[in-house]
Amino acid sequence: MLGRRLDLIEKARAIGQSVAGPNAGAVDKDGRFPAESIAALKDAKLLSAFVPTKYGGEGCSVGDLLSICHALGQHCSASAMVFAMHQIQVACAVRHAGSSAYFADYQRELVKQQWLLASATSEAGIGGDARSSSCAVEQSGQSLALTKNATTISYGAHADGILATARRNPDAPASDQVLVALHKKDYALERTSNWDTLGMRGTCSNGFLLKAKGTMDQVLPLPYGDISAHTMLPVSHLTWAALWLGIATDAVSRARSFIRTEARKKPGSVPAGAVRLAEVVNMLQLMKANVVACAEHYQAIADQPEALTAIGVAIELNNLKAGTSQMALQVVHHAMLICGIHGYKNDTKFSVGRHLRDLHSTVLMVNNDRLFGITASLLLVHKEDTTL
Amino acid sequence: MTEDIRAIIKEHGRLAVDVKTLKDDADLYAAGLTSHASVNLMLALESKFDVEFPERMLKRKSFESVAAIHAAIAELLKEKG
Repeated sequence: MLGRRLDLIEKARAIGQSVAGPNAGAVDKDGRFPAESIAALKDAKLLSAFVPTKYGGEGCSVGDLLSICHALGQHCSASAMVFAMHQIQVACAVRHAGSSAYFADYQRELVKQQWLLASATSEAGIGGDARSSSCAVEQSGQSLALTKNATTISYGAHADGILATARRNPDAPASDQVLVALHKKDYALERTSNWDTLGMRGTCSNGFLLKAKGTMDQVLPLPYGDISAHTMLPVSHLTWAALWLGIATDAVSRARSFIRTEARKKPGSVPAGAVRLAEVVNMLQLMKANVVACAEHYQAIADQPEALTAIGVAIELNNLKAGTSQMALQVVHHAMLICGIHGYKNDTKFSVGRHLRDLHSTVLMVNNDRLFGITASLLLVHKEDTTL
Repeated sequence: MTEDIRAIIKEHGRLAVDVKTLKDDADLYAAGLTSHASVNLMLALESKFDVEFPERMLKRKSFESVAAIHAAIAELLKEKG
């Protein structure tokens, strides 16, 4: 198994089964925040699992986080996605705290308070490019002010803090960004758009106008370009891929139990969808191998800044995200064909409609077309890996 | 060689500032170089100096400043003999 902290993974699995799963239908139907799941994850201290033990956290690995995302994804996509997005912020703060006393305290407080952290990277007028900002940190002595028209801050209204990207100062170019860790008391949010979507309805990814004040020590010491390459982008693509795999795994589990039920009805005959199930299990295995291989590669080079900026690594992670999202959708589509009308209906134990709707978000969040465009440009200079 | 490199950065780097104002060791990424522009920069450098950047050089550090690019090209030209 990728994750080694079986104690933590078991806690997540139990929360998935007893809390996230039973509420997943209502979260989806009402498009509401999965408050019960997040409260349970806070109670289990899982929100600070990645914080080093010296600050009171569990000091778990990225691999452990992926196993937790995968476990939650099998029960409630929105809970798993909120947990993943939170851990991406935690990973940035933990891995790039440097020698900052402020961020050492920040980690201690994160453990004590079990803060839920959200992200404000997208911005009106910029499109989907997280590596460009129009807003800027305005410094006055040791104080800072930041106003950001964020097109999306997932679960922004429910978070205890937000990590926002911005230009280093009002004179900096769009790509010279920093990451600022803001506390709830530092900012006011004005909702600018709704979140009434096909799927992933519980992430409550509304747009907000963020108006914040703080101090300069809330700016992470490393430039955002490096934070993005070293941590935010890899951990995003890895955690997402793991939870999407979890969603697809649950759909296959429903398809498998449907086939088994059919087989029991007519002993001696192989049900119509059984071969398709074999095919879909093969796809699931490929997806899993991809997630594990990328995660192991990332963990091996996670502390080598130069290796992390290699073009080959960027392509590998782009492919993980694009490939897993496409394949997860195909897997669930097959699961629906296997379960037939019972899968299409929303109220049977073989329903996979929610899985399918949730997974349609995966190709759009960081649009695969844009990712393939970036990869296409990188391939103009990249050479194939000829080793095995 | 530095002047050629600077001319290529000016044409393909799409920096937010004039490359003339930057020292040889100034951070080009902080000056607005994006990963997309850096690919065009690499292609132009390969064409100008008739070299090909091997995989080991395809990382952020190799293109972070005029001096870093100079060092990379010099190493490739030396290997070429």
